[in-house]
Amino acid sequence: METILRGVVEALQLLLSFDADLREIVGLSLWVSGAALAISVVMGVPVGVWLGLRQFPGRQLLVALIYTGMGLPPVVVGLAVYLTLSRQGPLGDLGWLFTPTAMILAQVILALPMVAGFTMTAIAALPAQLILQLRALGATPAQVNLTLLYEARNGVLAAIVGGFGAIISEVGSVMMVGGNIDHKTRVLTTAIVLETRKGNFDLAIALGVVLLGLAFMANWLLLRLQGRLDPRM
Amino acid sequence: MTPLLLVSDLEHRYGARTVLRIPQLQVQAGEILALVGPSGAGKSTLLRLLNFLEAPSAGQIHFRGQPYTPQTLPLALRRRITTVFQQPILLDMSVRANVAYGLRLRTGGNGHGQEDAALQAVGLAHLAPARARTLSGGEAQRVSLARALVLDPDLLLLDEPTANLDPGNVRAIEEIVATANRQRGTTIVLVTHNVWQARRLAQRVAFLYEGELLETAATADFFERPQHPRTAAFLHGDMVY
Ligand SMILES: Nc1ncnc2c1ncn2[C@@H]1O[C@H](COP(=O)(O)OP(=O)(O)OP(=O)(O)O)[C@@H](O)[C@H]1O
Ligand SMILES: [Mg+2]
Repeated sequence: METILRGVVEALQLLLSFDADLREIVGLSLWVSGAALAISVVMGVPVGVWLGLRQFPGRQLLVALIYTGMGLPPVVVGLAVYLTLSRQGPLGDLGWLFTPTAMILAQVILALPMVAGFTMTAIAALPAQLILQLRALGATPAQVNLTLLYEARNGVLAAIVGGFGAIISEVGSVMMVGGNIDHKTRVLTTAIVLETRKGNFDLAIALGVVLLGLAFMANWLLLRLQGRLDPRM
Repeated sequence: MTPLLLVSDLEHRYGARTVLRIPQLQVQAGEILALVGPSGAGKSTLLRLLNFLEAPSAGQIHFRGQPYTPQTLPLALRRRITTVFQQPILLDMSVRANVAYGLRLRTGGNGHGQEDAALQAVGLAHLAPARARTLSGGEAQRVSLARALVLDPDLLLLDEPTANLDPGNVRAIEEIVATANRQRGTTIVLVTHNVWQARRLAQRVAFLYEGELLETAATADFFERPQHPRTAAFLHGDMVY
């Protein structure tokens, strides 16, 4: 109990003192997971809309793959990306292993199926007649899609925030492909693992508090956004 | 004069089932044509085809003298036609935003108060700021009519627009529909189960039965001298549906 309390106090001290190392770690965490999320949203939302609306041969297989992707163990993704980017791997020449780019790549693989899968579910849950209604009111195909996204906004926002929560807090893949290198690829989760192993529980707890704070802020932002878009509020 | 709509040799199938077979049907510019017939006759399906929302399995639909499909109909022409569906689906926004939706699609901006006038016309001005999803069935149906009327279409397809309304509101809606037709020259195809409504509003009536147009006639002839025995039976309410 005392350890935890001391950790929280130290976390506050660290935060208030704007500790340079901490800022660097938080910054890199946000950069890696933020970039991975942005890429996943740009690719995953259109794919989710498309899958939610279209029937085509092979769709079921694709959906099954996405559902599987939503539950991928981060260490397995880490292993796959590691092997791909390692010197003998097919993309070894890129020299990405143990860089933030490799970490972003791994986290895209984790977040993309979540964003696409939940977007698909939210879009598919809309009434089938809605598209006809929008077209009858004169919507172009792009306007139809935008309105469908608006109608499914709560599900889509939850998909995005859920994806962020999953990658900001995962440790397996960033550890394997980033290597937890000080000042280079160390993020909150890998730092927590390291400090715990070294017995620096105060610092580990401080980092944990920061991580929880980030996750909380993401969800708070979600609620604010949902509230702003929700005519009830 | 070229009819506004000309349907020729039309067939529509779902799977192996043919749900519409219409060798010929014309809708004249400026008229109100009532479409009556038992449940499942294909009335709503025909409206979807006439709005170019679905392509017929065979045959052609001409709009203003040109044959089009959902793919070939230019956007500007498509925006001259709209449907008030049997089941109104309102968007999850305010009532006013729902009515302005079609206008915003066209201009990118807002409706400049036209949406409030349209809501006023259907007697729902007081609900403008309300959330559309909280409306009753009859209110939703009137909002759905307002958002179609505000677009001032050339062709308005109405699928049982008064089905959920009380008699007072039925009269009010009929008045709005008649006024749009008289003052703006809006051509209207009105699907209704209410033969009295057809009689009050339409210049011509078409009787659809199991996907086929058994009879199309001027309103007075249709009701007073039905040619087809099934039409007569339908009018006498002998049909089970
Ligand atoms: N998308 C569809 N897929 C398969 N069958 C359909 C589809 N839409 C309509 N049908 C069938 O086509 C027939 C005509 O349906 P439609 O909705 O046009 O009837 P309706 O005349 O409007 O009936 P109601 O008065 O009950 O509204 C029905 O038998 C219906 O089951
Ligand atoms: Mg119908």
